[in-house]
Amino acid sequence: MGRELTFHIFRYDPEDPDSIPHTDIFIMEEKENMTLFIALTQIREEQDPSLQFDFCCRAGICGSCAMVINGRPGLACKTLTRELPKEITLMPLPVFKLIADLSVDTGAWFRAMNEKVGSWIHTSKKFDPSAREERMDNALAEEIYELERCVECGCCVAACGTANMREDFVGAVAMNRIARFMMDPRDERTEDEYFEVIGTDEGIFGCMGLLACEDVCPKNIPLQDQLGILRRKMGWNTVKHLFRFGSS
Amino acid sequence: METVWTDLLCIGAGLAGERVAIEVSTAGFQSICLSIVPPRRSHSSAAQGGMQASLGNCCMGEADCPDTHFQDTVKGSDWGCDQEVARLFVETAPEAVREMAFWGIPWNRIVPGKSVYFKGGKPYEKTESEENEGLITARGFGGTAKWRACYTSDGTGHTLLYTMDNKVVELGVTVHDRTEAISLIHDGETCIGAVARCLKTGRLRAYLARATLIATGGYGKIYRESTNAVINEGGGALIALDTEIVPIGNPEAVQFHPTGIVPTNILVTEGCRGDGGTLLDVNEERFMHEYEPEKAELASRDVVSRWMIHHIRRGLGVKSDHGDHLWLDIRHLGAEHIKTKLREVEEICNNFLGVDPITQLIPVRPAQHYSMGGVRTDKDGAAYGLKGLFAAGEAACWDLHGFNRLGGNSLAETVVAGKIVGKKIVAFLQGSESKYDTALIKGAVIKNQERIDGMISGRAGHENVFEIRNAMQDVLMERVGIFRNGKDLQKAVDSLQGLHEKSRRVGLRSNGRGANPELSLALKIQGMVRLALCVAYAALKRTESRGCHAREDFEARNDRDWLNRTLATWREGSDLPTLNYEAASKVVELAPGDRGYGVCKIISCDGEIIGA
Ligand SMILES: Cc1cc2nc3c(=O)[nH]c(=O)nc-3n(C[C@H](O)[C@H](O)[C@H](O)COP(=O)(O)OP(=O)(O)OC[C@H]3O[C@@H](n4cnc5c(N)ncnc54)[C@H](O)[C@@H]3O)c2cc1C
Ligand code: SF4
Ligand code: SF4
Ligand code: FES
Repeated sequence: MGRELTFHIFRYDPEDPDSIPHTDIFIMEEKENMTLFIALTQIREEQDPSLQFDFCCRAGICGSCAMVINGRPGLACKTLTRELPKEITLMPLPVFKLIADLSVDTGAWFRAMNEKVGSWIHTSKKFDPSAREERMDNALAEEIYELERCVECGCCVAACGTANMREDFVGAVAMNRIARFMMDPRDERTEDEYFEVIGTDEGIFGCMGLLACEDVCPKNIPLQDQLGILRRKMGWNTVKHLFRFGSS
Repeated sequence: METVWTDLLCIGAGLAGERVAIEVSTAGFQSICLSIVPPRRSHSSAAQGGMQASLGNCCMGEADCPDTHFQDTVKGSDWGCDQEVARLFVETAPEAVREMAFWGIPWNRIVPGKSVYFKGGKPYEKTESEENEGLITARGFGGTAKWRACYTSDGTGHTLLYTMDNKVVELGVTVHDRTEAISLIHDGETCIGAVARCLKTGRLRAYLARATLIATGGYGKIYRESTNAVINEGGGALIALDTEIVPIGNPEAVQFHPTGIVPTNILVTEGCRGDGGTLLDVNEERFMHEYEPEKAELASRDVVSRWMIHHIRRGLGVKSDHGDHLWLDIRHLGAEHIKTKLREVEEICNNFLGVDPITQLIPVRPAQHYSMGGVRTDKDGAAYGLKGLFAAGEAACWDLHGFNRLGGNSLAETVVAGKIVGKKIVAFLQGSESKYDTALIKGAVIKNQERIDGMISGRAGHENVFEIRNAMQDVLMERVGIFRNGKDLQKAVDSLQGLHEKSRRVGLRSNGRGANPELSLALKIQGMVRLALCVAYAALKRTESRGCHAREDFEARNDRDWLNRTLATWREGSDLPTLNYEAASKVVELAPGDRGYGVCKIISCDGEIIGA
């Protein structure tokens, strides 16, 4: 016999005029290797088919299923119930717009973020279909991949004090993205151009450096290092700008 | 009712859908992509191992060329593919990989000098040339003569999809995520868009388009044990079936991947074996080389999966609470290799199994993985039967995979087909004008609203949608799996017909308001059961073995009678699909022969029996 688990789940559907925010309680028996994906799917099928939540890959790869699990943002599909006490509280991620219950609109947020940071290779070159590819050092390719592993789950944003206080803060995920492109020789943007995007209070100077972001990142992206590098680079850039301003 | 107009409606924002949208937008037309999930969460992101293209840069891929890629692909398909399409595909793949590099993929690159690689558990040495330093490298995959799968660690699908969506953002292509197409709007001749349900609000919306593309990915979730994402329920295939005109090509061609982990069926990539991992049995001994002396663990997926089940049936599987399984061993590849080239695999094993693959064995068993079947198109990606309707990616049966897809050929297909079909759609748009019949549009929306109201009110009945879905998945899993036979297939068809009857009488238990998930499934269930019937019935009728379709009662590949492609359509009011057939390939560049792996038992085109 497994443990008896008690789920306290936040419920609210803004589309349903009869719905008010509240908590529902569901009880079920724990099974071997049970994940929150398995548990929530079972609750939906057997207890309440209206329960809304998001899963897609169920393998910790796509970033769909972030929620606040006993007070901590994480990916539900890769959270094993045996790592949790038998009282489990699930809340939707803060910062993002609520769709219903545990489901939030990360899609709109990340599209806006990607637009804001210009998340693509900026180049004046044209692709030549007949030419061989440009060379790249494998070690550099691996370094870029390291930062590229972010799955846009939103955990780092939900855990961030600044992001919870100010809506316009871009979050660690955006700074990591900028760091990824700064490292990529194919991107022709200058430091000044990057500075315009994140050299502000909405960006690196809004960050309080408490690193809740890195703690919760399910992909273990080295956010601390990236924030540190950006802070130094952008700090110097500010000095440069002040100097230029003063001398002109 | 909200109505949205566009030039191209892309149903699906995975790699295929987005690549088409990019091509069409670049040509100055407007495109809108729909997706159930935010585009970057599409299942393309879960692809791990690699993308095939014959760049021939690395030493193990030396002298590779489109011709060799072509031969591997046709043999892999067991001569079920359309050879003209396969040719087009292999010729375009290298450019597709390079273009993705130009857009930002951090492909792994060649490091010059000596290094060790593993084959069959034994170490060998290879030397990369100085001259090719920094060019895109590749790894070995099953059923290929050369190392040809370009990769970024084992997150290839992820980097491809992020880079593709970056391009979409750069070009400002509109994506309506959390929007699910639930039926096509057509008059029996031309498709003019789709009715979709918003998965934020639950409201219906009509999308009107001069061209409509189905790029909804695979439909593995009609099976119980599948590596596919939970959203891979065949939304595109079933709205096509619903037209009564557009056929599903080769629905019976379903691929099982050798290494789904037990119990969750999460995939660990073929790259594990490509990089030298081995399969072990209960005695922790290798067995694949006994069955396949030449290719061993790296025969094609259909062949490896069959031998694994065969070996388990001989009593050599490992017993567990979740049924018998085998082991995948990558320990000898070493910590450094695993931590750089097989990172997702390491994470998945740690997380979902509590297994450290650097020191422990990974429990694996074949699981449903890929749908070779799909919306049948011609070589331009135009769907059979309706003007203005196209399909690309896993959702399509463009048909370069025939009865078995090679690992790495699917990512390549999405990008290549996206380029080619995208161009054809541009040409189509240049020559088309928009004519919208308002009564037709209104009719389509009202019909769907009535379906929804009926399910909410319980007018149709009170069948539980989850129970029907689960029963359907069990039937396919148990009777339409890796090995098939007439008796089981007939039983499957009978049970599915019963479920089809029930699917007419679904009633919701919840109130169906907003983006209600029970309603989402209820809207699809009848189509899913029909799709399942297409798979089972086409498998029953195909009395031969070819690629993934292995009949215990018809063991030979029968080129005399079955060198063809199934075309399944559904007539309203019927309880079985209508099956028609067309020649597998109009152009035959490579005549049918022995694949070089697997059991070779063939009834040749002129009726000669080979290898019986
Ligand atoms: C675990 C795994 C690993 C794999 N590894 C490899 C590999 O290493 N190499 C390789 O070549 N191939 C691999 N494959 C196969 C390959 O990843 C897929 O075939 C390919 O990515 C499919 O791309 P797609 O664009 O056709 O579909 P998807 O990426 O699945 O996209 C489908 C899109 O359609 C949308 N959609 C679906 N239904 C609807 C609807 N009704 N309305 C609106 N939108 C809808 C979805 O939201 C999504 O945006 C792997 C597959 C799996 C499952
Ligand atoms: S370190 Fe910066 S980005 Fe990270 S959580 Fe703290 S404030 Fe947010
Ligand atoms: S940086 Fe980590 S926590 Fe933040 S979105 Fe990316 S994967 Fe999620
Ligand atoms: S469902 Fe994809 S990360 Fe959890």
